[in-house]
Amino acid sequence: MSWYFKSLGKRKIIEFIIFALFIFFFLGPLINLALLAFSGKWQFPAALPQSWSFTWWKFVLSQPEILKSIGLSFLIAIVVTVLSIVVCVPAAYAFARIRFPLSKWFLFSFLLTNAFPKMGLYVAIAVLFFKVGLMNTFMGVVLIHVVNTLMYMTWIPAASFKNVHKAQEEAARDAGAGPFRVFWNVTLPMSLPGIIVASIFTFLSSLDEAQGTFMVGMPDFKTMPLIMYGAVQDYPATAGAVFSILLTLPTIILLFVSRRFVSADVMSSGFTMK
Amino acid sequence: MTAQVQLSIQKLTKRYKTGEGVTGISLDIKQGELVTLLGPSGCGKTTVLRSVGGFLEPDSGDIQIAGKSVLHLPPEKRPTAMVFQSYNLWPHMTVYENLAFGLKIRKMRKEQIRDAVERALQLVRLPGAEQKRPTELSGGQQQRVAVARALLLEPAVLLLDEPFSALDAKLRNELREELREIQLSTKLTMMFVTHDQEEALSLSDRIIVMNRGNIEQSDSPQQIYDTPKSLFVANFIGRMNMLDGIAENGSIQIQNWELHASPDISGKVVVAVRPEDVRWKDASNPGLAATVKQVMVLGHYAEITLLTEAGIIRMFLPREEALVLSSGQSVSLTFAKHAVYPQSSV
Repeated sequence: MSWYFKSLGKRKIIEFIIFALFIFFFLGPLINLALLAFSGKWQFPAALPQSWSFTWWKFVLSQPEILKSIGLSFLIAIVVTVLSIVVCVPAAYAFARIRFPLSKWFLFSFLLTNAFPKMGLYVAIAVLFFKVGLMNTFMGVVLIHVVNTLMYMTWIPAASFKNVHKAQEEAARDAGAGPFRVFWNVTLPMSLPGIIVASIFTFLSSLDEAQGTFMVGMPDFKTMPLIMYGAVQDYPATAGAVFSILLTLPTIILLFVSRRFVSADVMSSGFTMK
Repeated sequence: MTAQVQLSIQKLTKRYKTGEGVTGISLDIKQGELVTLLGPSGCGKTTVLRSVGGFLEPDSGDIQIAGKSVLHLPPEKRPTAMVFQSYNLWPHMTVYENLAFGLKIRKMRKEQIRDAVERALQLVRLPGAEQKRPTELSGGQQQRVAVARALLLEPAVLLLDEPFSALDAKLRNELREELREIQLSTKLTMMFVTHDQEEALSLSDRIIVMNRGNIEQSDSPQQIYDTPKSLFVANFIGRMNMLDGIAENGSIQIQNWELHASPDISGKVVVAVRPEDVRWKDASNPGLAATVKQVMVLGHYAEITLLTEAGIIRMFLPREEALVLSSGQSVSLTFAKHAVYPQSSV
């Protein structure tokens, strides 16, 4: 066996150790979570659970409050995504194509909602929402989520629109297409990867949002992350594990489906100020 | 030959806030003519082209195609087609889809589109490229597809905005020749914009030299080269020796040498001489005294740099003739042909 390690050389062995550590720290907690969620009995010294069971899955999925929260979370995430697209994509197009005074500062201002401590911002918004009667309403929750997604949904599509050259749009006009057809057939398909990536991030961040929902949506609008806080405190760790898998599953599925579009290029071009 | 005027631009004016733009441009392009707008960057040639294409709204003036004003039509309604410098194609479509785009909008039948696309690709020497993506094509191939797409629109006027300037020299030459062939076989009216004088000279039926938003000269390539009407054109087209002189009573004094000139010019002038029009003799002969500084053999001809009291003069000679000359030699120069411009016209 030792001849094998010798033939590998020092470099390879160090690389292997670093890789193993990475896997351990990155995947370790996830594997532990997965094991925990399906375990019936798992006591300390054992490396693997002594018995497997679906007990906690049954428990979690039979709680009407939890099921309701899952439905609500997805509903809110869908509405937030659609609303963000409707509001932000045209804005992104404007930022990319029309030169107006202070456009850079407007674009930059979207960063503010992500740069400051969120709680301060939410309290300020909550005060406002009280006045206009948006507290504890569906619309209020949706709006507070949109505050968070403005940045992705404007920056990333704006960069994608900018990557569509004017000559490409003009060539389409020249070929006989009106402005709307040009947008539909040329500009939009060419910037679609950026818009899809931004939409996925919007969807996921809405699914994950807890602070703002807690401020604005309580007590009637309990989303998955909010229920999670309670679940972790009130039930054994196993229930928490089941729950966190339920919460991460959509993320993993979405990222997997969209891996064709999600690239470092699309992301980084979205976060370059031009 | 009295061909019909296909494109007529009348007193076109478009000024930008930066001060650039064009003022009072009027020009006619006949059916089947290839006219080049030539000038340095910022001279307004692209402004004229884009105004014809409908991408710019002129401040005043009129643009007529086949006798009808197109000024108030958007680009999609104009009978023009444009080839841009780059980024012509839509990368998310195949070559076929790129070419068929305009035809589909015109509601042409599918079989007809297929035939037309095939013929167009044959014309630009890219048969069978239908299913390729633009990103799989080289720069030259992409521009060929762009030309094919413009041809498929069967425009009344084809507009080309420096279409070959992003390509390397050899490819540029090739595409120029192909474009000329296409133009001769299709008898299309073309307006070509370039800053490359060699391109303009080799390609055009007529060259319109522009400078600072005005037309300097509009003539055949031959005339532009042989009889530039202004100092700017003389300077811009081909190589030129510029000598300062003083004109008086039908002669021009260049340092110690007197040159005959028409009597209606007087005052400070610039004498322009092409390097191939410079002649030399032994120093004992009358002429402009010069000393050979350098002899450079450039293939089939040689470029000789001469020092005179009026400045440096360059002379082109056939290679064999240049062998007699060596640096340091004193010679006497005369001009086979020259042009005179008042000095203030710079």
